[in-house]
Amino acid sequence: MEKSVWGASTATPLRCRLTFALLSAAVLALAYVGGISNSSAVYSQDIAQSSSSDIPRQVTKINELVEQVWRDFNLQPSSPASDYEWCRRVYLDVIGRIPTIAEIDAFIGSKSPDKRVELVSRLLYSDEYTEEFARNWATIWSNLLIGRTGGTANNSMISRAGMSKYLRDSFARNKSYDRMVHELITASGYAQPGAEGFNGAVNFLIDKVNDDGAAQATAAVSRLFLGLQVQCTQCHNHPFNDWKQQKYWEFNAFFRQVRAFRGATDMASAQLVDQDFRGESGNADEADLFYELRNGLLKVAYPVFVDGTEISKSGYVNAVNRRQELSQLITASPYFDKAAVNRVWEHFLGYGFTKPVDDLGPHNAPSNSALLQYLADEFRDSGYNLRQLYSWIILSRPYALSSKKTKNNETDDPLLGASPKFSHFYLRQMRAEELYESLMVASGAGANQGSYEQQEEQRNRWLQQFVTAFGTDEGDESTTFNGTIPQVLMMFNGEMIQAAVSDQAGTLLYETINKSQWTVPQKVDRLFLAGLSRPATREEKNLAQQLIQARRGDLREGLKDLWWVILNSNEFIFNH
Amino acid sequence: MFFTTPSGMTRRHFMRHLAGASALTGSALAMGQTLCVHANELKRRNKAAILLWMNGGPSTMDLWDLKPGAATGGPFRPIATTGDMQISEHLPMMATQMDKMSIVRSMSTREADHARGRYYMHTGYVPNPNIIHPSYGSVISHQLMAHRNDLEIPPFIAIGGASEGPGFLGMAWAPFSVDANGQVRNLSMNVEAARMSERIQALSRLETNFINDNRGSAAVEHAKVIQKTLNLMTSRQMEAFRVEREPAEVQDRYGRNNFGRGCLMARRLVEIGVPFVEVTLGGWDNHQNIFPTLQNNLLPTLDRGMSALIEDLYQRGMLQDTAVIWMGEFGRTPRINGDAGRDHWARSWSVVVGGAGMKPGVAIGATNDDGTAVEGPTYSSEDLMATICRSLGISLETTFTSNDGRPMKIANSGKVIKDLLA
Repeated sequence: MEKSVWGASTATPLRCRLTFALLSAAVLALAYVGGISNSSAVYSQDIAQSSSSDIPRQVTKINELVEQVWRDFNLQPSSPASDYEWCRRVYLDVIGRIPTIAEIDAFIGSKSPDKRVELVSRLLYSDEYTEEFARNWATIWSNLLIGRTGGTANNSMISRAGMSKYLRDSFARNKSYDRMVHELITASGYAQPGAEGFNGAVNFLIDKVNDDGAAQATAAVSRLFLGLQVQCTQCHNHPFNDWKQQKYWEFNAFFRQVRAFRGATDMASAQLVDQDFRGESGNADEADLFYELRNGLLKVAYPVFVDGTEISKSGYVNAVNRRQELSQLITASPYFDKAAVNRVWEHFLGYGFTKPVDDLGPHNAPSNSALLQYLADEFRDSGYNLRQLYSWIILSRPYALSSKKTKNNETDDPLLGASPKFSHFYLRQMRAEELYESLMVASGAGANQGSYEQQEEQRNRWLQQFVTAFGTDEGDESTTFNGTIPQVLMMFNGEMIQAAVSDQAGTLLYETINKSQWTVPQKVDRLFLAGLSRPATREEKNLAQQLIQARRGDLREGLKDLWWVILNSNEFIFNH
Repeated sequence: MFFTTPSGMTRRHFMRHLAGASALTGSALAMGQTLCVHANELKRRNKAAILLWMNGGPSTMDLWDLKPGAATGGPFRPIATTGDMQISEHLPMMATQMDKMSIVRSMSTREADHARGRYYMHTGYVPNPNIIHPSYGSVISHQLMAHRNDLEIPPFIAIGGASEGPGFLGMAWAPFSVDANGQVRNLSMNVEAARMSERIQALSRLETNFINDNRGSAAVEHAKVIQKTLNLMTSRQMEAFRVEREPAEVQDRYGRNNFGRGCLMARRLVEIGVPFVEVTLGGWDNHQNIFPTLQNNLLPTLDRGMSALIEDLYQRGMLQDTAVIWMGEFGRTPRINGDAGRDHWARSWSVVVGGAGMKPGVAIGATNDDGTAVEGPTYSSEDLMATICRSLGISLETTFTSNDGRPMKIANSGKVIKDLLA
C-alpha cells in the first residue's frame, strides 16, 4: 500500500503498528563493566612497540601529555578500539567516507605488525587516495571559509567551484598550511574557474570586504587563523577579555585596500582587487579610518596588529600592501600555530582544547595547554606540514580508544559540561558530507557518475535541504542535519536510500544477493561490513533470518530490509 | 521484547504504553529534568505560543516607537491605532488590531551581535561555551506537552527559519523546520506499513545494542527522534501544514507570500494542538537604505500577515489561550549611518506581545526623545520570557537540571512584566 504524502486518503491507522520502544537499553547500560587494566599494553602491542622506528616521536609525547591528564583526574582510559572500529574512524576522518569491504578486508587481513602505520601512510600519501583526501579537506575548509551556503544564492559573487578547486589543489599538493593561509588572506584575481586571471583563493574574502567596512573579513580572518573573536568589539569593548574596540578597528584597517567587483553582465567576471585606500580624511599618505565610541565620539584608527606591531600608515598599495603585511604578522603569531592544531585536534578527537574551538582569547584557558603548545611548536617546526600533524594525532593512543565508556571514565563527558580528557573516543554524528560520501560507497549507488564538477553539484544540491542561511551581515547559517526528524526522514525514505536498497545492477545489494557461492550468513556479513565496517554478530544473523522469514523466505526482499535497517542504525550514522 | 504490536489496542492505551516506554529510557539515563510542577493543569490544556521572529534585528523605532521630529526619527509618521498607542503609518492593518496587542518599548539588552542576540532572545541566557540552553520553543513545548497526548506531530515547529535548538533538553525537543509551503520532504514510506514495522522492529534491536555499549547520550537521542519521526509519518495531523486547503479569501487576507503562509500555517498548527510555532520573517539587517526597504517590502508583508493572524486567532476564540510574540535579536541604531541605514542596537528597543491573558492595547515603558535610551525601568529577554511562561500557566519555579548537573530556573529567573500580567 502506498501511503500518500499527507495521509489524507489513507483510512487505516497505520501508525498503531509502528512503534519503537527501547525498553531496557538504559538499564542494561548501567550494568556494563569494562575491563581496562591492560589497555595500555594492548595499545602498545598494536602500535608503539611493533616498530618503534616508524612511530613519530610526537606520538609518544602526545600520549604522555594525555595520560598525565588521566592521572591528574584519576581516570582510566577505555579499552582500545577494535581494528574494525579504528579502521572505520581513520577512513572517515582522513578521506571523509567509511571504508569499502575490500579496504576493510585488506586491513584486517594484513599480518603486518605495522599495519596501522601503513594504513595511515597509504591514506595520506599514496596516489590512490589523493583525490578523495583532497576532496574531503577541500570540503571541510570550504565550509569554514565560505560556509555551506556560500555561493549558493543566485546573486552571490562567490564561486563555490572556484573555492573548492583552489582548496583541492592545495591539499592534493600538500601545500604548507602557512602558505595556504597567506594565499587566502592576500589573494586577488577572478573568482570563477576558467576566467583569465582565475585565483580560486579570492572566494574566501570576495563577499566579506565590501559591506560594513569589511567587518566580515575582519571577524573571519581573526577567528579562523588566530582563534580570536573580535566581532563583538566592533561596537564596544569586549566583555570578557582585554580586546578593546580600538584593536578591532586597527585590525580592520588591514582590509581597507581591497574591493570586490561584480562582473558587468554576469558573475563570471567577479573579482577581488587591491586598490589604494585614500583614508576617510582623504590623505592617502596617512590613510585613516574613524569609528564611533558608544558615547558617540569618533576615534581614528590605523593598521596595528593584535600584538601592537604597527605598519606604515600609507594607503598606497605600491608603498605598503596591508594584506601582505597582515598575512606575515598572522603567520608569525603564536596564536596562528595554536589555532591550527586546536582545529585539527578537534577534527580527529571530536573536541578541541577550547570551547568553542576558535576562541583562544585570554579569557578562555585551554584544557590541556601543555599539549596544545607542544603540538603548535611541532607543527611550526614541521614547516606547517598538515599531513604530518594528522599522522601524529591518528597514531596517538587517545585516538585509538574505544568509544565505550566505563565506570572509571564516565565523568569524562564534554556533553555534561566537563572539559574533554580524551579517556575514551567521543561518539559523534557524521558530518552531512561524510554521510553522503559514505552512502555512495556503501550502496554502490552513483559511483563514478558524471564529472567531478557534476558530482560536486549533485552533492551540494542534496546538502542544501539541511542548511539555512540567516541572511545577516555575519553570514551565519544553521544546519538541521544533526539528529533531527528531517534527517531521519531522509534516511528512512530519501532517494539515496531508495537507490541503495533497490537491487538494480551495480549496487552493492545486487552484487551481494546474486553472488551464488556465498551462504546466507556470508551475505549478511558482507552487508554489515559494508555499512558498519564489521561482521554481523550471531544475534544479528538471527535477526537477518527473521527478516527473510517475514518476507516468506524471499532472500532478495529480506536482504533489502536488512540493508535498510543497517543504514538507518545509529551505528551507521555515528563516527564511533 | 523491545517491540510491541499494538493491534487491537485503543489509541489511548497505545499512547499510554508509549509514554511509559519513553519515561523509562529517560529516567534511567538521567537525561533530564527535575520538574517542580504545581500549576493549574486545566489552564495549560489549550495554551500555545506563536513567535514571529524578525531575523536580522528590526528597527523598532520605525515600527512601534516612532520619534517624529527627532534627528534620529527617520521619515515615517505615526498613526493612531485601536489601542492606546501610535505606530508607524506603514502598518495600517496592524493599527486596527492594536487593541489586542501591547508594545514593550523599554527592552534593553546587551547582545548586539546576530548569533549572540538570537541566542539570548531565544533562551534568556547569554551564550556560554559549556552549556547550550533550550530555546523558547523547546522550553514551552516541553512544559505544555504533558497535556497533548493526542499530538502526533512535533510540538515545536519552525516555519521558514532555523530557530534555536533544544540545548540540554535533548534532540527530542528540537524544532521541526519546514518551509512556508509546508512541504515536508521524504515523507512517503515506499513500503507497506506491515513491512515497515518489521524493519523498525529490527532497527530497534540494532539501536538498543549500540546504546547498551554505553557510548553516550547521542545514541539514545537518535532512537527518540526515530520514534518522533514514526509518529509524524503516520499522522493525519500533517494535514495542518497544507495552507492551500484554506479558502482563497483567507489566503489572500494573510498574504500570498512566505510570511503570510507561515502565519496561516501557525494558526492551523495551534488549532490541532501544537504548543509552539515560530514563524521567521528575515531581511531586517538593514545597514543600507533602510527606509525604502521597510516601506516597500518588509512592512507591507509584516502588516498583512501579522494582522491577519491576530484577527483570525481572536475571531476563533483562540487568542485568549495563545501568546503571540513579535521580536528580533535586537533593535537598530537611532543614528542613521552614512549608507542611509541603521546598525545594530540593543540598548533601547521594542517587542510586541499579546494574547494568553496578557493586558492588551497598551504601550509599556518609554524611550527618550531621540530613542537612544530607555526612560524608567528596563526589561530583558529573561523578563519577557518569564511573562510569556506565566501567561501560559507555566510555573516560574520550574527548574531544569542542565547536563552538568546545575539547576536552571526556567526563563533564567526573569521577572514578570507586571503591566502585562496583573
